[in-house]
Amino acid sequence: MDFKLTKTQLLQQELFRKFAETEIKPIAKDMDEAEEYDMGLVAKLQKAGMFGIPYSREYGGQGADVLTYTLAMEEVSKIDGSTGITLSVHTSLCCPCINEFGTEEQKQEFLRPLVDGTKVGCFGLTEPNAGTDASGVQTTAVKDGDDYIINGTKIFTTNSGFADTFIVFALTDKSKGPKGMSAFILDKEMPGITVGENIERMGIRAASNCEVAYENVRVPASRMLGKEGVGYKIAMTALGGGRIGIGAQSVGIAQGAIDEAMKYVKERKQFGKTINKFQNTQFKLAECQTKVDAARLMVWRAATAKDNHENYAPLAAMCKLFGSEVANEVTRVCVQLLGGYGYCREYPVERAMRDAKITEIYEGTSEAMKMIISGAMKV
Amino acid sequence: MKIVVCIKQVPDTVEVKIDPKTGTLIRDGVPSIINHDDKTGIEAALQLKEELGGTVTVVSMGPPQAEVALREALAMGCDEAYLVSAREFGGSDTYATSGILAAALKKIGYDVIITGRQAIDGDTAQVGPQIAEKLQVPQVSYVEEVKEATEEYVVVQRQYEDGYHIIKIKTPCLLTAIAELADPRYMSVRGIVEAYEKEIKTLGFEDLKDDLELDMIGLKGSPTNVYQSFTKEVKGAGTILKDVSAEEAVQAIIDKLEAKFII
Repeated sequence: MDFKLTKTQLLQQELFRKFAETEIKPIAKDMDEAEEYDMGLVAKLQKAGMFGIPYSREYGGQGADVLTYTLAMEEVSKIDGSTGITLSVHTSLCCPCINEFGTEEQKQEFLRPLVDGTKVGCFGLTEPNAGTDASGVQTTAVKDGDDYIINGTKIFTTNSGFADTFIVFALTDKSKGPKGMSAFILDKEMPGITVGENIERMGIRAASNCEVAYENVRVPASRMLGKEGVGYKIAMTALGGGRIGIGAQSVGIAQGAIDEAMKYVKERKQFGKTINKFQNTQFKLAECQTKVDAARLMVWRAATAKDNHENYAPLAAMCKLFGSEVANEVTRVCVQLLGGYGYCREYPVERAMRDAKITEIYEGTSEAMKMIISGAMKV
Repeated sequence: MKIVVCIKQVPDTVEVKIDPKTGTLIRDGVPSIINHDDKTGIEAALQLKEELGGTVTVVSMGPPQAEVALREALAMGCDEAYLVSAREFGGSDTYATSGILAAALKKIGYDVIITGRQAIDGDTAQVGPQIAEKLQVPQVSYVEEVKEATEEYVVVQRQYEDGYHIIKIKTPCLLTAIAELADPRYMSVRGIVEAYEKEIKTLGFEDLKDDLELDMIGLKGSPTNVYQSFTKEVKGAGTILKDVSAEEAVQAIIDKLEAKFII
């Protein structure tokens, strides 16, 4: 067993680190305050290939592996959790639906622009009354000739404010519950789609996260993924992989907070010495780094399993469950280490602590992760 | 057009620490990067290629670890890479290095050669101009802008402390790049994937010996003897007034002159 990154992965990591430090760091705080993602940054991320990392070059993707994608997620999330989720929803929720369930024609038409850096995608599953219980989806798709007519409302659709491509889950057969759910590829220009305002949130405030209303949206049947009734399976498969991204985002948020705390404790003087000389500081940071390293290895294990086409779903759930809890604990400790300054917006650990909370909630709550893990254990 | 960029892998530090006993650079624990001016040269070469077509070849002389710098250049978009490396080349000063690189460039072929102005570890700014002399091609150093480029000639702006020259130069030629010339692009994820699929060609002693002055390579063949190394003093930095009207600028200058009792 080798826990070392390859030369290629190391160089990729250097790219992600440099990009995050140079392009994201100077504007992360302002984006958070403005509650708006910088579209210039989206363009730069696209140019560097960050929106198509683990996708085949055959479809215009970058041709790297899932592990490399987690390195990108960690490096950008160290600096800005909002950039993490922006990349994650596109890369590991929207694109997999087409990559894994689309026809060759659908991949060429819809996946290519998403992974070659032309378009941004989002994923519309959650509804006001369908959260952890995704089978409660009420949005409908009614067949009309060669088209489907979609009606319903989705909430918390990340990236929806500026996405071009929407994956939308709707019931084609209400009587069958989850087995009557189907998935469709929509364009933002389609008449009947209304994207609401960015929802005011505690953290990841720069990310675009809106309510999206679909009113009599006419979608050609050629834009259905798989066939009628496999929508729920598509959604669960995408979410299963997406959790690796959230695990990596959690690791990044936590590591970023540790990095900031490390700088601070070496400069801050109290009682006549810098506070890194106190054993409390040393032990707290030792605990934090140990937990983050453990979480990172779990992320890498899940990513490697996905790269090797093994059963990664329970491993992804574990890395997300553990990583998100570590992110919350570590950011809280780091704020404490910075004391009053840690509580101030001027220092990035404050934002990191707010950003961390959502990792225990979205793409499956910690409780849902425990359902998946215990299910896989056959408890 | 065949554009060749010479790059050097250097320690990543603005203030290079010097071992007071030996007078040499302390490289332990310092990450290595592509020298800044050389990276600018890569960007300028890629832009020339985008305008005129052709290829960009990147060349580095150094130990086998310099491979990473070449991979990075490939990941930025260069087409091929050569590592010039041999035991016999170790310890070369600028004279020996430029001789070896000139021999390598003869092998590789070129229309335009771009080097960085100088490396942040040695600060000599000699290797580029010496290569041009040894290849007997015209050169322009301190290039801050390429104003026009064709297969036959390029028109460049050469920076001086108090002005600039605009120079038309016939190809084949050599240019040395300064930071103002171009803003280096990022590698791309795909570029990195592909950089590791490409082969890095090595040119060793046997490949180049026919074109070398054999007594002028390596430590023994280097005429330079380093007597003492020290960190240079920083020159006084100028003040830049941005986004001000002519009147405000005049006032600012007068205020400064009055404050210093010059007027």
